[in-house]
Amino acid sequence: MSETLTPQSPAETVRPILIARELSKYYAVSRGFLRGHATVKALNNVSFELAPQRTLAVVGESGCGKSTLARQLTMVETPSGGSLNIDGTEVATANASERKKLRPKVQMVFQNPYASLNPRKKVGTQLEEPLLLNTDLTAQQREQRVREMMTRVGLRPEHYHRYPHMFSGGQRQRIAVARAMMLNPEVLVADEPTSALDVSIQAQILNLFMDLQQEFGTAYVFISHNLSVVEHVADDVMVMYFGSAVEYGTRQAIFEQPLHPYTRALMQATPAIRAENRKTRNRLQGELPSPINPPSGCTFHTRCPYANDHCRAVVPELRPIAGRLVSCHRVEEILSGSITATNVPKN
Amino acid sequence: MALLEINKLSVEFGSAAHPFRAVSNVDLSVDAGDIVGVVGESGSGKSVTMLALMGLIDAPGRVTADALNFDGKPLLNMKPAQKRQIVGRDISMIFQDALTSLNPAYTVGFQLIETLRQHTPLRGDALKQRALELLELVEIPDAKSRLNAYPHQLSGGMSQRVMIAIAIACNPKLLIADEPTTALDVTVQQQIMELLLNLQKSQGMGLILITHDLAVVAEVAQHVVVMYAGEVVEKSPVTEIFDRPRHPYTQALLASIPEHSKGAERLHTLPGVVPGQYDRPSGCLLSPRCPYVQDRCRTEHPDLYPAGAAVARCFYALDDAGRPTHV
Repeated sequence: MSETLTPQSPAETVRPILIARELSKYYAVSRGFLRGHATVKALNNVSFELAPQRTLAVVGESGCGKSTLARQLTMVETPSGGSLNIDGTEVATANASERKKLRPKVQMVFQNPYASLNPRKKVGTQLEEPLLLNTDLTAQQREQRVREMMTRVGLRPEHYHRYPHMFSGGQRQRIAVARAMMLNPEVLVADEPTSALDVSIQAQILNLFMDLQQEFGTAYVFISHNLSVVEHVADDVMVMYFGSAVEYGTRQAIFEQPLHPYTRALMQATPAIRAENRKTRNRLQGELPSPINPPSGCTFHTRCPYANDHCRAVVPELRPIAGRLVSCHRVEEILSGSITATNVPKN
Repeated sequence: MALLEINKLSVEFGSAAHPFRAVSNVDLSVDAGDIVGVVGESGSGKSVTMLALMGLIDAPGRVTADALNFDGKPLLNMKPAQKRQIVGRDISMIFQDALTSLNPAYTVGFQLIETLRQHTPLRGDALKQRALELLELVEIPDAKSRLNAYPHQLSGGMSQRVMIAIAIACNPKLLIADEPTTALDVTVQQQIMELLLNLQKSQGMGLILITHDLAVVAEVAQHVVVMYAGEVVEKSPVTEIFDRPRHPYTQALLASIPEHSKGAERLHTLPGVVPGQYDRPSGCLLSPRCPYVQDRCRTEHPDLYPAGAAVARCFYALDDAGRPTHV
């Protein structure tokens, strides 16, 4: 992979802990009895690098492949194409025992803390489980480690013997974070970790994520659809649409000057409290197209205000411009301001 | 006279000996053509208030109120048959999750026509015609074929449009939207909000917008009501509340939004959680979490007091600079 596929940022001098190269995942979907299968390209050639103590935010609407990406990174599924390198080990060529060593290094926090904890097991038991499976610690040592981590994430010692139903959503998410951090992972994949929570609780959990990263140096892949949360937590941002990355760069580059029409649309659609933070609205038409019959050319052309015949025919490549990567044929014109969403020359 | 006038509305659940007040003494008034935003976290009583208004609280839940008037008519002790003439026609409601609110066993057209048949004199082909008009009004592409579609064939945004079409089918005077865009993606949320606002404006409806997203309220509402643990803690014009919150809870809620702390390492937080059934404090309900708490707050329960252009349920409502007016 060429140098240009990494966004320029000073912190990238550190050796990355996670390298994804052209990662793809295709699913076979039944079209009905005797009608064969259709292929859904849920994830399409996604590449990125992640250094320790950095946060990559993955942004996009439902169905854009964010969660599919998370399942590849956590080795829950085998990618259909591309490669994944975790802490210097290629996942695809690793044997069973190497994989077993890799799994503790990538841990996950899920969206819904009401569904991700086992209702039949006490909190202490659930937190102990990763240690039981992956370490040789004695029961006493395990309990001590669990209690340390519970204090660290803001749970009280008496919570050790309680069941998940006795906790509020925010506390449950703390338990889920504690469980993910038990093995001191190199990478934490968080899939919409605060979208099920109220705003005041969201703030507590986001602070917890930031504190843990400072303390343990963990790298985060933070999946979210909430741009104001992303702007708060991310170092790098990858915007996904329909299974592909459409814009990838540093937080500063993307939030100060979003270039891809989809990134712009997302930012314009995000409501803001302060009038000065509101963008002029160009309403995006339609919804995500059907993954079974993907549009030709640029997958965004069905909703893009700038789309022309070239966009409808040719798939754009992710290419570097203005300090980030963008996949759009007309990005130069957008950057120079020669076309705007309301004034598109027809051709 | 206000279109909707609610005075001291309370909703209790549980046994008479140990009642739990999910909603306590809520006052709310909505004028025709007005947009009122009701904001609060889960468990604050927003939805229960609206269900009580619609008459959807079943026994053993108990609804009491000094006044619950819609368009000058008292709703509370109205006969069911009479109430059915109003609820669903003059007052209608949109729920958060459109996919679970629509009946999966019937087509979109059937569910639209069901409402029209109940509340309008239209019959026969005129029903179908009106249903088609409504789907076109909510900007559903290819409306004619969608009449025969089942809910599972629609996307989240489309089903919410159908819900809106059903809700506005009888030209309601008041529309209650309970988290209408929470389950939707942000670009679709924008489409649905614009649609709702255009309809609200063109039909001159009163709109109660229930949401936990303060930014949505900031953009569309004229008045904001903040609820906490079943009570209204602040009522304020939208031009005031975001710059000069009067209640400490409103202030904390605003501060915990990432937009508020741009560039900061940490977000402001309010420690603790909303009190539940068994741990409601005596005195002010916010007192265990309030950064400005005084002795009086722990023992005495505050009323709504005027504070600037707003009213706030706080003995020491915040001043223009956001400091409590202690002593």
